[in-house]
Amino acid sequence: MISCRGVAVSYKKHDALLPFDRDIAAGDWLGLVGPNGAGKSSLLRAIAGLVDARGLVSIGGVDLSTASDRERAQLVAYVPQDPLLPHDMSVFDYVLLGRTPYVGRFGLLGRSDRGITSEMIALLRLGDFANRYLGELSGGEQQRVVLARALAQQAPVLLLDEPTSALDIGHQQQALELITELRASRQLTVISAMHDLTLAATYTDALVMLHEGAVVADGAARDVLTAERLGDVFHVCVSVDIDEEDDTVIVVPRRGFPVSDATALS
Amino acid sequence: MSDRADRWWLVAGGLFLLLSLLIGASIGPAGPDSWRVPLALFDRLPIVGIDSGVTDAQWNIVWQIRMPRVVLGALVGGMLSIAGASYQGVFRNPLVDPYLLGAASGAGLGATLALTIGRASSATWPVDPVPATAFVFAVGTVLVTYLVGASFGGNRSGITLVLAGVAVVSFTTAIQTFVLQRNLDVVREVFQWILGRLSGATWGDVRLVVPYVAVSCIVLILFRRKLDVLRVGDEEASTLGMSVPRTRMTIVVAATLGTAAVVSVSGLIGFVGLVVPHTIRLMAGASYRRVVPLSLLFGAGFLVLADVPGRMLTNPAETPIGVVTAFIGAPFFIFLLRTRQIAR
Repeated sequence: MISCRGVAVSYKKHDALLPFDRDIAAGDWLGLVGPNGAGKSSLLRAIAGLVDARGLVSIGGVDLSTASDRERAQLVAYVPQDPLLPHDMSVFDYVLLGRTPYVGRFGLLGRSDRGITSEMIALLRLGDFANRYLGELSGGEQQRVVLARALAQQAPVLLLDEPTSALDIGHQQQALELITELRASRQLTVISAMHDLTLAATYTDALVMLHEGAVVADGAARDVLTAERLGDVFHVCVSVDIDEEDDTVIVVPRRGFPVSDATALS
Repeated sequence: MSDRADRWWLVAGGLFLLLSLLIGASIGPAGPDSWRVPLALFDRLPIVGIDSGVTDAQWNIVWQIRMPRVVLGALVGGMLSIAGASYQGVFRNPLVDPYLLGAASGAGLGATLALTIGRASSATWPVDPVPATAFVFAVGTVLVTYLVGASFGGNRSGITLVLAGVAVVSFTTAIQTFVLQRNLDVVREVFQWILGRLSGATWGDVRLVVPYVAVSCIVLILFRRKLDVLRVGDEEASTLGMSVPRTRMTIVVAATLGTAAVVSVSGLIGFVGLVVPHTIRLMAGASYRRVVPLSLLFGAGFLVLADVPGRMLTNPAETPIGVVTAFIGAPFFIFLLRTRQIAR
């Protein structure tokens, strides 16, 4: 279980994330939604230890502020929005980097590290690409390679910052299905920031909506994603349909200004 | 990308270095016939007995004049190449050479000062003040760069360190130029020093740099995998459990110490530290797991070979090795770049 207590992030004097409190049960998938600059990435980066954050994050009872860099990397794997992929690095070597938290004192990797790397490459159906260079892969393949590297860390928590923003709709779906599959088979707890609200509603267990660093809604997708709230937070005109058969929430952009802005304009 | 291919490359690098050392030891304007030298060297190995037909006087030329120069060339070439590869990795910048943070300009300033102020008064000193001053100034200059860079938060990203290096290098070069302009009588000496040379190398020079080069190379080889981790960026490297500032600092210190040591005895031999690592990348792949140790082996062999024509072209003066490295290396590098681009 991940527990966040008063996690807050400020850059100089600007508060990017106001104190955030929440528990996320092991094996759950929590989606973070909200406009650009709402604090989604800041929360993920705080958990990943990339920014100086106040408050306390613990995973399975381990306080991350007292954990070493290695220990943290064994608990949390982080996939950034725009990972740097050296074009002349092979897929195998890249995925192997995921074993860094387990490397011995003399920088040596064991046979098991290579075994786990091969296993992840097979799991993400990258077997044919193992010796190819990252620069030769398509966007969808690159996304899978990045996921393979994160999974090679064998951390119980996976943080994804906009995992599908660079993909077309087909590859988006494939990537999210894959994460769903892996979550079940590997008992992963997933926290992801997502822009596509319909996809976020479809794949996650619960959503937290952030706005200007604060939580404005938390719960099931159908309760969080209401047309009125989306209008207030995103300044967008949408209708929200719920497919009663399987409870899918569908957010559809509509023409026109949201109610709040329309009054402001007139 | 397998371990076996890694080993084959190491064997190839080792053979290249060995061959270069033999060629370097065998060729020279005076001394025994070239083909006799390898035999004479093998003869000196334990339990080997070959009649090489080399006289004691000839052997002295090989052992006291050629060998120190060849070994020093290998140490300098290997050190500059491995340091260049490490600097390129740690700053994620392919245009970086081991002189980036001021090791060269600092050494140049130190040598200039020693030659200007010290020459006359130091004739009776037990140690030559030029390499000592060059070394101290090289390390000092890099330290200043590091402190300036760190004061801008340079530990978090390499770029502030690089910019601090640019500023500090211009500053030290300006002082050097100022000093030189007021002491025109030493210009020729300083210029010769700057161009770099291996001539007149002694076993004493070799003994002077070996400890630094050894420590530096061991650290850099142990850190080669961390350089691969750094390739994905500071943030991701840190989420992979690596302490980025500490790793960067360790690599920079190790590479600088070795560079300062070799620069202080050989002057500024350019081009090697930049181009050898790139040539390795084009031939053996970009993983630092390979680039770091292979830069050491191939860089060492390359400089030994590059020194050979310099020794032969001695009229009116010996050709500076920096000129030879660029003269041979640049066309070869362009050739490699072209063939590789066509192959891809």
